[in-house]
Amino acid sequence: MAQDIILSANGLTKEFKGFLAVNDVDLKVERGSIHALIGPNGAGKTTCFNLLTKFLQPSRGTIVYNDRDITRKQPADIARLGMVRSFQISAVFPHLTAIENVRIALQRNRGDSFDFWRSERVLTEFNGRAAGLLDDVGLSEFAAVRAGELSYGRKRALEIATTLALEPEMLLLDEPMAGMAQEDVERISQLIRRISANRTILMVEHNLSVVAALSDYITVLARGKVLAEGDYASVSKDPRVVEAYIGAEHA
Amino acid sequence: MMATDTETGAGVGPLVQSHSTSTPRHHVAIFAGLLVFGLAAPFLLYPIFLMKVLCFVLFACAFNLLLGFGGLLSFGHAAFFGSASYASAHAAKIWGFNPELAILFGTGCAAVLGLLIGSLAIRRQGIYFAMVTLAFAQMVFFFSLQAPFTGGEDGIQSVPRGHLFGLFDMAPDLNLYFFVLAIVFAGLLAIYRIIHSPFGQVLKAIRDNEQRSVSLGYRVNRYKLLVFVLSAMLAGLAGATKAIVFQLASLTDVYWTMSGEVVLMTLLGGMGTVFGPIVGAAIIVTMQNYLATFGAWVTVIQGTIFVISVMLFREGVIGILSKALKKPL
Repeated sequence: MAQDIILSANGLTKEFKGFLAVNDVDLKVERGSIHALIGPNGAGKTTCFNLLTKFLQPSRGTIVYNDRDITRKQPADIARLGMVRSFQISAVFPHLTAIENVRIALQRNRGDSFDFWRSERVLTEFNGRAAGLLDDVGLSEFAAVRAGELSYGRKRALEIATTLALEPEMLLLDEPMAGMAQEDVERISQLIRRISANRTILMVEHNLSVVAALSDYITVLARGKVLAEGDYASVSKDPRVVEAYIGAEHA
Repeated sequence: MMATDTETGAGVGPLVQSHSTSTPRHHVAIFAGLLVFGLAAPFLLYPIFLMKVLCFVLFACAFNLLLGFGGLLSFGHAAFFGSASYASAHAAKIWGFNPELAILFGTGCAAVLGLLIGSLAIRRQGIYFAMVTLAFAQMVFFFSLQAPFTGGEDGIQSVPRGHLFGLFDMAPDLNLYFFVLAIVFAGLLAIYRIIHSPFGQVLKAIRDNEQRSVSLGYRVNRYKLLVFVLSAMLAGLAGATKAIVFQLASLTDVYWTMSGEVVLMTLLGGMGTVFGPIVGAAIIVTMQNYLATFGAWVTVIQGTIFVISVMLFREGVIGILSKALKKPL
């Protein structure tokens, strides 16, 4: 079966002073899918994420995105190629209002903003689109509130709105549900499903019911290596996965 | 806790929104008030003292542009203030430049120096950034002590004030005062524009969360370098003007205590506020002037005030006022 692969990592390895955080990982993400990266604590999921988005430089291995070798690129360039990540702890700009947060991303459409002599009034052209994005994540009424004053769940929603403002072809979500209340989890799950319509999503997530409900394909990491791959039904029955999880977390 | 935060946030919502895209009306009013005060002040107070205040106001605001809006703490801003002071004094005295050209030359020198130091310093973050800037500033100090044209311990003395555009005699204090007022006011407006420009928006985003700005595709080092150069240039404008006012460029201008003083002014007034550094600079210069009779005790008093300000009101005078009034100042 011919697969349309948007992102692939080959032999990805990251060594921290003799400790192999990520060890020879091969990963293939199919275009248009929701791909989950799971595994017990310390399995190397976040390191893997940081490698793929170039926030860390791999010790060995190559990363190919849209048939382009991006192994030596800078993290800001990755975003410019259409691959945008979120962070484990919510990443908003706390002193800017919600609408300004989204506008920072929309502002990228102007290219670089080195024009320090111009009034910020030129940015009002993005207000309509920013308001629309806030509406999408249910934050309309908080448009003028400073992001730092929003509740945790709303910060995460704002972060997603900001990310979507870039219209990324591929999204990498690092534990989008971490620390969320149950009702927020439901809302964000729906949001993720909705935004996955014409893009690819790779996410790290601990909440297995969310993973089961959302993902098309799962890669299980343990001790920096790929332990198992497949859809949720096959992975959850894999005795090695069960052992890794029971041994590590559900003891 | 979260819920109440959100509620109060929503409460001030419409107010903040009207601010987010256009200049708040009260900012216009404050600038107008400052200008009126500036025009009237020399008839009430000693012009030389006022010009000193003005130069330090501009210096502190330039520093605040870097710290309060760029999130970069430089411990070496005396290098830009001082080198511009030397350059403008030299240009006016030795080359016979008109005061406006001498100041322009000094400002340009500070910008070039800012580009040199900045392009190396921004590769480091936090305390390392501060240390790198301090190290470079000490090198500039050493250079100023040793270079043949800086006059060593004596500095460059009796710098002529000259004629503005070759026409207006700047020797009378009042004439010079209005020239300095124009420079400083223009500098403050320039800083205001910078922090309220598309560039300023990105700058604040980088200050708030650098990693996130990177992940949105911003090449943050270029923004940091630009704000560093702008800040160095404006600090240079202040230093160059100061040299013409006091007809003197000296080692004090490049010494590390000068870098420390501008940090103190900014924190005392309110870092990251528009008007805080103006107040901070005015307080510190006034203290130095009117408490001069206490001699070395001025430093002790300054230190005490600094400790109190850091422990009790970290937002600074204007920061607290802004909170109380629920308006950005």
